[in-house]
Amino acid sequence: MGIENSLGDGFLTTKVDSLTNWARSNAAWPMPMGLACCAIEMMAFAAPKYDAARFGSEVMRFSPRQSDLMIVAGWVNYKMAHAVRRIWDQMPDPKWCIAMGACASTGGMHRCYGVVQGCDNFLPVDAYVSGCPPRPDALLHALMKIQDKIRTEHSTKLDT
Amino acid sequence: MELSETLQSVVDDLSENYSEHLIDVYQSTGDTFIRLQPDSIVEVCKYIKNEHHFIYLADILGADRFTSEERFEVIYNIVSLRDRERLFLKVWLEEEEPTVDSITDVWQSASWHERQVYDMFGVRFNNHPDMRRIYMPEDFDYYPLRKEFPLLGIPGSIELPSSTPDTE
Ligand code: SF4
Repeated sequence: MGIENSLGDGFLTTKVDSLTNWARSNAAWPMPMGLACCAIEMMAFAAPKYDAARFGSEVMRFSPRQSDLMIVAGWVNYKMAHAVRRIWDQMPDPKWCIAMGACASTGGMHRCYGVVQGCDNFLPVDAYVSGCPPRPDALLHALMKIQDKIRTEHSTKLDT
Repeated sequence: MELSETLQSVVDDLSENYSEHLIDVYQSTGDTFIRLQPDSIVEVCKYIKNEHHFIYLADILGADRFTSEERFEVIYNIVSLRDRERLFLKVWLEEEEPTVDSITDVWQSASWHERQVYDMFGVRFNNHPDMRRIYMPEDFDYYPLRKEFPLLGIPGSIELPSSTPDTE
């Protein structure tokens, strides 16, 4: 079928899209927004027992310029929301966001005047993780869901 | 009332020297409370600190006695490390523009405690070196721990970041 026949052994053909998505999905470097108690579980997620390195996400980048995946771990108050949004705006596209735990998803038990009732009020969230705090495996699950999402995206476009 | 030796001497001294400022002395759940006239608080604090060695100001609290006369209460929690005693001083303030003198001259650490009471209850402290809010944004118009303040805040009173990034 087509070009494979004339290439011989050692070659493989694919689409640019799949190649890019394969690369992107296996190197989603997290930007840890560890804001409260959930951050402890986020550390466990990267540590050897749960080992996010299996999914290519072990490099926590403390610089937004180098990261692809923001993990909002903990409740966001109104003052902090501006810092979180600013960091998000500094991350280069394409980028994804996980709201980790009840607080980041909905405000959780912090039902009060100081806390933003869910970080989706100012961030485009791709995956929500339930739990207070979620287990590290739940966060890994969210990461795998994000990988699935990345793999089905159209990442290469013709420049018209 | 069962007062320890130290606290008894504090109360005796106060009723001797500041009887016109002393309103009430009572005990509750093992602690001793002294309610004072608001305008004498600095003087009395100085006296207790110097004469009775209550050198540690553990905390300053505010309270909203909603619907009572003299609605706001400021509570000073002071400790004598030498005698291992704790004492609470209280003042009651008017609902309209509650104001009391700052005790930062007596205990420096009062500064942040007083800013917190100001932030949460709107009690102003005269002669405070830096009377600003400590937690809430500076342009916030309300005092969140007052009883009439709604639990979830006032929608729109604190700005959320814009979700369309700046394009310059
Ligand atoms: S969801 Fe629970 S563990 Fe996570 S930040 Fe909120 S209170 Fe803390």
